[in-house]
Parts: sequence; C-alpha cells; structure tokens
Amino acid sequence: MSDSCAAPDQDAALPASVDIEKETVLTGTVVNDEGELVQGAYVRLLDGSGEFTAEVVTGEGGQFRFFAAPGKWTLRALSRYGDATGEVEADRGLNETKLAVSR
Amino acid sequence: MAREDVLVTADWAEENLDTPGVVFVEVDEDASAYDYGHIKGAVKIDWKDDLQDPIRRDFVNQEQFSQLLSERGISNDDTVVLYGGNNNWFAAYAYWYFKLYGHEDVKLLDGGRKKWELDARDVTAEIVKREATNYVAKPLNWDLRAKRDEVEAAIGVKNLIDVRSPDEYAGRLLAPAHLPQEQSQRAGHIPTALSVPWSKAANEDGTFKSEAELRELYVGEAGLDEGKSTIAYCRIGERSSHTWFALRELLGYEDVKNYDGSWTEYGSLVGVPIALGDEPGTK
Repeated sequence: MSDSCAAPDQDAALPASVDIEKETVLTGTVVNDEGELVQGAYVRLLDGSGEFTAEVVTGEGGQFRFFAAPGKWTLRALSRYGDATGEVEADRGLNETKLAVSR
Repeated sequence: MAREDVLVTADWAEENLDTPGVVFVEVDEDASAYDYGHIKGAVKIDWKDDLQDPIRRDFVNQEQFSQLLSERGISNDDTVVLYGGNNNWFAAYAYWYFKLYGHEDVKLLDGGRKKWELDARDVTAEIVKREATNYVAKPLNWDLRAKRDEVEAAIGVKNLIDVRSPDEYAGRLLAPAHLPQEQSQRAGHIPTALSVPWSKAANEDGTFKSEAELRELYVGEAGLDEGKSTIAYCRIGERSSHTWFALRELLGYEDVKNYDGSWTEYGSLVGVPIALGDEPGTK
C-alpha cells in the first residue's frame, strides 16, 4: 500500500509489483512548442464525464503515468509554456499519449 | 473569518519574502521537489518524516511538534505561510496540525507550488538555515480531529463529507488513479456520507474557489446541512484537510473535524457499515 495519496516520481520505472496485464496504465510525455520535454508540467486525468480523477507533475523526462481502468479519459496538461488537452480510449495495458502544450 | 486571514496570494508572498516574522514553509511528500527548487527562504517540512510518529500509526505529539518547529526556526508569534505540491494537500494537512497545536497565525499560499510554477515565479535551490527557536506547542485541540468511534456514531447524524474521487467513493477504485490499486481493505464509503471530491473546491491552477462558489458546491449541490456538525475524510486524511480548510477556514463553519484515520482505517474495521455505489446510502 502506498503511504500517501500523492503521486510518486513520474520518471521512475514501473514498480515490479505492478502487473501490466491487469492494470490499465495511461502514460506519455509533455512537450513544448520547440518539442522539448517539459519538466514541472501538471497533468490531470479527467474521467468520461470530465470530472477530475488525479493529477501528477512531470519530472525531468517530461513523463506522466496514471493507473486507471479501461474506457474514455481526458488528459489535461498545464505548464509555464501553456496548456494541452488529449482524449484517450484506454485498454488494459500501456496506453501512450504525447501532450504538446502551447499558449 | 475572512479569506485574507487564512490565504495569501502569490503576489503577497513575493512582496513579503523578506518580511521579518513571516516564515514560508514548504510541505511536501516528495522531498526532492523542495531540493530542486523552493520559494526563497522557505524551510521544509516532510509530510512523513517530520509529521508522522516513526513507530505508532499516529502523527507527532505536542513535544515532537514543538521540537520540529524549534529546529526549523519557527517562533510561536511568527506568521507561518504554508505551501506545497498536490494543490496544497500537504500544506493544508500541515495547516491543520498548526491549528491542532494552537499556532495563532498560519496561512496557506493560495495555489501552492503549482500556481507559483505556472506563473513562472522564481525558485531557488539555496539551503535555508534559520536559527533554532524554543517553540512551545499547545495541547492537541480535539475539536478539530475525529476518531473512528465518533465517525461511526456520526452516520445519519452529522454531515459526513467523502472527498475522494467518485470511483473511490463508489468502491470501483481503492486509491487515486495515479497509484497502483493494490490495497486489501474493503471498498466503498461511510453510509450517508456526501460525495464532494476535494478537487471541486479548487480551480485548475490550484487556488481555492470563491466562498460563494464553495457554499454553492457544499450546500447547494451536495446538500450539506448547515445546522449540523461536519466530519471530512478521504483515504489517509490529507485531501480531507484541504476540504476541512475550505469548510472551516474559508466558509467559517464552526464544528468541522478532519478524520485522519480516513478510509485506510474505516475500510479495514471489522463489522462497521459500508455503502457501495454512487448514492450516500442509509443508516
């Protein structure tokens, strides 16, 4: 069990205890106008009705990761370089998305 | 209590970085966030290492809290401005501690680290050293903290506010979606608890919504009974500190408690009632 409700290091490898066959993982990177990876972007996961579900902060690799369930999700990134929104139809396993933020 | 008594804006913070008697404190779960960059002059409190008892499942006692604040160079008469990541969850959690132990003047930086970063304001990795003080905490104020028996007795009697995400409330998930779902306790919510996810109290940039919006959210939409006492809970008590802050400090309801045992305790108790699904359920 995780000690807190806060997000773990987003650049870390998936913990060995996570069974990728069972989990639905939404992951990807945030990039800016120049195509550079954005550290310190706030990425939130919104459910099918647009309700907030979770939020993480990208690390040096610009990476984010959520553990969710199969279905429709919205990813919303906020950063000092601007914002971005992406829609995902997630299946069990890894679901990758790139979010390009701009003003 | 007015909003400006308990919240400061990022602009105010920037203007008061060097004001004597004002101490900025970053509260994070992730210590590396502070080390990478923090507001100039801010000291650090670690959510776990500094605020939890190392052995018992409980938080630091009066003496431990006094020692912590003395070591950080905080005095009883300082204005403490707390901020942190995760939309200020941990800062709100620490704010609740400061109130539990009777600190007079404590405020949250509205929007926390997030708003600061989105505004592209300056941070520094400089090591901050404040001279130690002799801080004396007051005895724990139980008017602000709910324990499990009180929570069970509150079913159908007081307002119970479940601030977790709708899927955690309904029992479809056991933890927030950015964490692996491996907990073993039962899923669901405390019967009669209203579902008001903490996130609804905050704007996208992490600042708190206006008092009018908050009142509409809790009373208008969720059906909070203003004539009753309220207990807020989440999974481990930090997201519910955020809601506790909104209800007691911003909206001014007098009897609002945070149940820090929250779902990790309640959902593991033998024989207590649990409701599943999206409806509050009955007693």
